[in-house]
Amino acid sequence: MTEDGELDIEEFPILLNARTRLVALVHVSNSLGTINPVRRIITDAHGLGVPVLLDGAQATPHAPVNVQELDVDFYCLSSHKMFGPTGVGVLYGKAEHLEAMPPWQGGGDMIEEVSFTGTTFNEIPHKFEAGTPNIAGVIGMAAAADYLETLGWSWIKKQEQDLLGYATTQLSGIEGLRIIGTAPKKAAVLSFLVGATHPYDVGSVLDRLGIAVRTGHHCTQPLMKQYGIPGTVRASFAFYNTRPEIDRLAEGLRRAAQMLA
Amino acid sequence: MSVLTERAQNLIEEFELFDDWMDRYQHVIDLGKELAPIDESFRSSDYRIHGCQSQVWLQPGQEGANVQFRADSDAQITKGLIAILLRVVNDAPAHEVAGTDLAFLDQLELKEHLSPTRKNGLDAMIKQIRLYAGAMAARSSQSS
Repeated sequence: MTEDGELDIEEFPILLNARTRLVALVHVSNSLGTINPVRRIITDAHGLGVPVLLDGAQATPHAPVNVQELDVDFYCLSSHKMFGPTGVGVLYGKAEHLEAMPPWQGGGDMIEEVSFTGTTFNEIPHKFEAGTPNIAGVIGMAAAADYLETLGWSWIKKQEQDLLGYATTQLSGIEGLRIIGTAPKKAAVLSFLVGATHPYDVGSVLDRLGIAVRTGHHCTQPLMKQYGIPGTVRASFAFYNTRPEIDRLAEGLRRAAQMLA
Repeated sequence: MSVLTERAQNLIEEFELFDDWMDRYQHVIDLGKELAPIDESFRSSDYRIHGCQSQVWLQPGQEGANVQFRADSDAQITKGLIAILLRVVNDAPAHEVAGTDLAFLDQLELKEHLSPTRKNGLDAMIKQIRLYAGAMAARSSQSS
């Protein structure tokens, strides 16, 4: 990885060899916001016959994704990251892979026929859908997806990139503030540290001011280790956020820095 | 009134002097800065309190029948909260520390501002302090 938080794409093909079974990576980094060059990675991996799984949890709230056009083998996402209900998500897989894979769980509706001599599983996707599904969750998620479509992706993207640009400028003006992850292509996520303060201290003060941020290592400890930091404070923006809210965040950060000096 | 209750009462009165949360937080941070440093050898995973989002190390110690803890954290507010805990328990008899629930922090009007993960961390610290104190009390009663 480069210092600004981009994958070192030239190094990538060198990491693949005959023992590589799967390339799995995030479409968009949850810690840094970096949008990864997934087309190139998929092309390189496919060149060596290696399938690719993309974790799109942080990508699907911010941009439309066409899995067929990407030619990705597997794509997963979380409903709650795109304003839908919790506890439901999507795992897309190419039919050829899904056909080849055994069911991971047994239950109702995933079996076609059972006898003492053998069991035949139902067709995909049913063989992976054991038992009573999360019906309400799936319907809720579809409603959230429709809502995003109604707003329009170009408007969402314009809105979020404006907020990201504004926040980057406003926060860069705070003494001692260091943005972690400065890749040119980023989703609306801003990770940072304030001077030598611990992210958790900053988060506690912001929380008290009614500003919700995430603090910690974001479950990416190796990445934090590479930067030599305990974690970051992360502000995530969506289309519904506003510039005045970012002003309040900047003001809150100045207060936090003062208290923790 | 036990020594622990008395000290807790003093702390509650001390915190009542502050009108707003910012001053209370600032006081917590300042108390943390006054905390005596731990020996470097205790800054290891064996002495780390798990359940905190920030790193916390607790160095157990004893002077006669009394407990004498030292602690440190890489986060300032956490360090301040430990300082408050240690101000109450240090130099108090181990058996009393082990037998008290140390719930006085609820009354400092701080806990409602703590996030669930921080509250878990604090509970983990209290639990560890009481465990150590229990072991120290058991050892003292055996040797006497």
